[in-house]
Amino acid sequence: MPVVSMTVNGKSASADVEARTLLVQFIREQLGLTGTHVGCDTSQCGACVVHVDGRAVKSCTMLAAQADGADIVTIEGLAKNGELHPVQAAFREHHGLQCGFCTPGMIMTAVDMIRRKPDLDEETVREELEGNICRCTGYHNIVKAILAASREMR
Amino acid sequence: MSDAASGEGIGQPVRRKEDFRFITGNGHYTDDINRPRQTWAYFLRSPHAHARIKSIDTSAAEAAPGVVAIFTGRHVADDGLGGLICGWTVTSKDGTPMKVGPHPILALDTVRYVGDHVAMVVAETLADARAAAEMIDVDYDALPAAASLSACQNAAAPQVHPEAPRNTCFEWELGNKAETEAAFAKAGRIVKLDLKNNRLIPNAMEPRAALGEFDKGTGIYTLHTTSQNPHVARLVLSAFVGVAPEHKLRVIAPDVGGGFGSKIFIYAEETACVWAAAKVGRPIKWTADRSEAFLSDAHGRDHLSHAELALDKDGKFLALRVKTVANLGAYLSTFSASVPTYLYGTLLSGQYDIPAVYVEVDGVYTHTAPVDAYRGAGRPEATYLVERIVETAARETGIDPAELRRRNYIRTFPHQTPVIMNYDTGDYEASLAAAMEAIDYKGFPARKSEAAKRGKLRGIGFSSYIEACGIAPSAAVGSLGAGVGLWESAEVRVNPTGNVEVLTGSHSHGQGHETTFAQLVASRLGVPLANVEIVHGDTDKVQFGMGTYGSRSGAVGMSAIVKALDKIEAKAKKIAAHLMEAAVEDIVFENGTFTVQGTDKSLAWAELSLAAYTAHGFPSGEIEPGLKEGAFYDPVNFTFPSGCHICEVEIDPDTGVTKIEKFVAVDDFGTVINPMIVEGQVHGGIAQGVGQALLEHGIYDAESGQLITGSYMDYCMPRADDLPSFDLGFTTTICPSNPLGMKGCGEAGAIASPPAIINAVTDALGIRDIEMPATPARVWTALQSATPRAAAE
Ligand code: FES
Ligand code: FES
Repeated sequence: MPVVSMTVNGKSASADVEARTLLVQFIREQLGLTGTHVGCDTSQCGACVVHVDGRAVKSCTMLAAQADGADIVTIEGLAKNGELHPVQAAFREHHGLQCGFCTPGMIMTAVDMIRRKPDLDEETVREELEGNICRCTGYHNIVKAILAASREMR
Repeated sequence: MSDAASGEGIGQPVRRKEDFRFITGNGHYTDDINRPRQTWAYFLRSPHAHARIKSIDTSAAEAAPGVVAIFTGRHVADDGLGGLICGWTVTSKDGTPMKVGPHPILALDTVRYVGDHVAMVVAETLADARAAAEMIDVDYDALPAAASLSACQNAAAPQVHPEAPRNTCFEWELGNKAETEAAFAKAGRIVKLDLKNNRLIPNAMEPRAALGEFDKGTGIYTLHTTSQNPHVARLVLSAFVGVAPEHKLRVIAPDVGGGFGSKIFIYAEETACVWAAAKVGRPIKWTADRSEAFLSDAHGRDHLSHAELALDKDGKFLALRVKTVANLGAYLSTFSASVPTYLYGTLLSGQYDIPAVYVEVDGVYTHTAPVDAYRGAGRPEATYLVERIVETAARETGIDPAELRRRNYIRTFPHQTPVIMNYDTGDYEASLAAAMEAIDYKGFPARKSEAAKRGKLRGIGFSSYIEACGIAPSAAVGSLGAGVGLWESAEVRVNPTGNVEVLTGSHSHGQGHETTFAQLVASRLGVPLANVEIVHGDTDKVQFGMGTYGSRSGAVGMSAIVKALDKIEAKAKKIAAHLMEAAVEDIVFENGTFTVQGTDKSLAWAELSLAAYTAHGFPSGEIEPGLKEGAFYDPVNFTFPSGCHICEVEIDPDTGVTKIEKFVAVDDFGTVINPMIVEGQVHGGIAQGVGQALLEHGIYDAESGQLITGSYMDYCMPRADDLPSFDLGFTTTICPSNPLGMKGCGEAGAIASPPAIINAVTDALGIRDIEMPATPARVWTALQSATPRAAAE
């Protein structure tokens, strides 16, 4: 079994894993970071999005071994020094979540989206959310939250 | 401090208390919970829609690495476990009870849909369990399947259950046939429409999951599961399935990632996990993958209907008659029989004064997954039928659709419909007017011709809906066949320091009860919101409750809290009177302070709470120590949320793509506790309605019974770029049937929106009907075969 090592939320983590272990399994099962969710088996829903070297990645589409040496941030690592990230705060302020299951993936996607596209408009946000499914909110307030956060972070 | 000043009271858009854990990744969903020595379950499922099981050989699989145990239907039967039940009995028009086939937890000798449960493998890891399942040798005798709803009642159709000839579970009727026929005989005009209500697959984003445990020392079973109603699950698992006596079974529904009805039901998987935990002496965990969710979650809708509306020469509705065939799937699920009957036929009067209504519903079995309640449950099907035929009537009579509705609205309350319901209050015209204003109905012709210049087809569609929520008086549902009462419970525990725990039998899986229920309690007791904790979802904490569905948590669950708070206030006043040496009648409780009328004596909430527990000098026998009260609330009627949704679409005739340009929803939910949360509920409901109208369709191959739309590659979930932002408004009539005046908001969007959208699409295309979902392919095909009005103009 290969040993994989990576930095997760600023701490180094390494473990023996079976070669077929997905990054999301490594995060949830080996590290016990259960904020990252699994909502599908076809890489469509985006509940599993984390940051790998600063970019949003569906952690169900990647082997843990492929993340060897990478710098990973999960939803648990987004708030810094007890301060919510502006995207987290905006989701709460604009009621961008109901059951909360899609939320970690949505937030991680949104953070990356805002980094890549500082001048977001509604249409772009909706296009960019193509890979994240929410069954509860109808996206209305998720879009509102992301636009608000992007204005805040400008 | 007044509610408005604190910003935390009733009617305030308070930010949710539950959000912090979800936005920081600290939620606790069932799959997040793990136990020492935990094993994993994997279910071997039928690849056939219909087959006889000749034999199951598990020997090779049992020897596979990591396997702890393998269970088949034989083990379950030998242990004396019962099958799964349907908690609602429907009686056919000939007086016979519905015909129920057995619903075993693991199949015994026959499998009846693709995904039916054949064996459970328990192993050290999920991968081991999965690998071993592949090694189980099942010898099937594949049989022809009855997978098509339209053909399943044919004499030659394969039979799902021998108990139900022609696959017919019940032939139910409601309304007055003779009066309806008489009204049709003198009608000036009869409008007819055949409608399909497409099958939907619920797809809560959290897949179903279970963690079963058994404590050998105490004999207590514990089940963590993704449930909307853990107490009902415990009752069914103990009283009917016989897993364990009720007091030896604890069911916990922790954070649950959406339900929409699909997590009301008691399924085979959680049953098997908790039962087998005692057999293997270790905890057993199971989590569905999305493919299993598609195959085995109870699906929704799936009706075929013929409707006829009789009108007089002025466009006044005289009568409605409806014949519906409703798919129940291969087995009756927990509440499935009630959905196409008492939750459907009773709403067919819509918002209209229709003197006579008669509906017949055949509930039928097919070799497909069970069909049960999905957001709205029966009421979306009723609303779709009523609002489609009313819109069609408007087009055929040439009366403006708003005007035709206005001519027929119910205007005096209470109003007894011909189909059981007694509407208590409403103002349908107000919602219609507000919605027309919001969408600028007058400006529509100009927008339509502007669109035509760009080569686009623009259409507008109305939906004036009503639903029955807050289900319901126990006596009423009992007389209609429910096996349960539909009240709710609450317990308010005031701690010595004055903070408050509220235990509710409702369950939140996205609805925000931790916030809205706390708003009620905080404003009533005058304590900060932060000092109120809402406890739900654990049968060891909450004594009993009926759970959350049918938009009942506010109208029924919060009413129970009000009742408990009344008792708290009464007792607290007694204590205050004793402490301040006054008469109880002279005690006034306001903003968290007790005062003696006409004096300057006062006592703060926290002082009183402490005194309730120190109990020094309480007159013995008159005042018991402590401050804790419980209540059960049984409503006197359903509640009747209503409103008007209007949708405006633009269709590209070259591609058949429909774009929703504007969507206006004006709803009357009675008292609103938290408008932010209520709006969120409406958004989500509309999105699911847009899904039904334009995108989603659960399709089985009619021959093989294979599920064709079994993943997100094939089943089109609404994504952010399929939807617009929504324009919401509210009108308010206070519900007279409960203490807060609430009606319920959870399902309105999903109920109201599909007919508004399809009315808009057919308006744009200038055609009578189009099947849901109106996909680009269907729209494009319709355009090729029709001479669209719009294009001809
Ligand atoms: S779990 Fe990764 S995309 Fe669905
Ligand atoms: S909040 Fe429930 S799936 Fe998005």
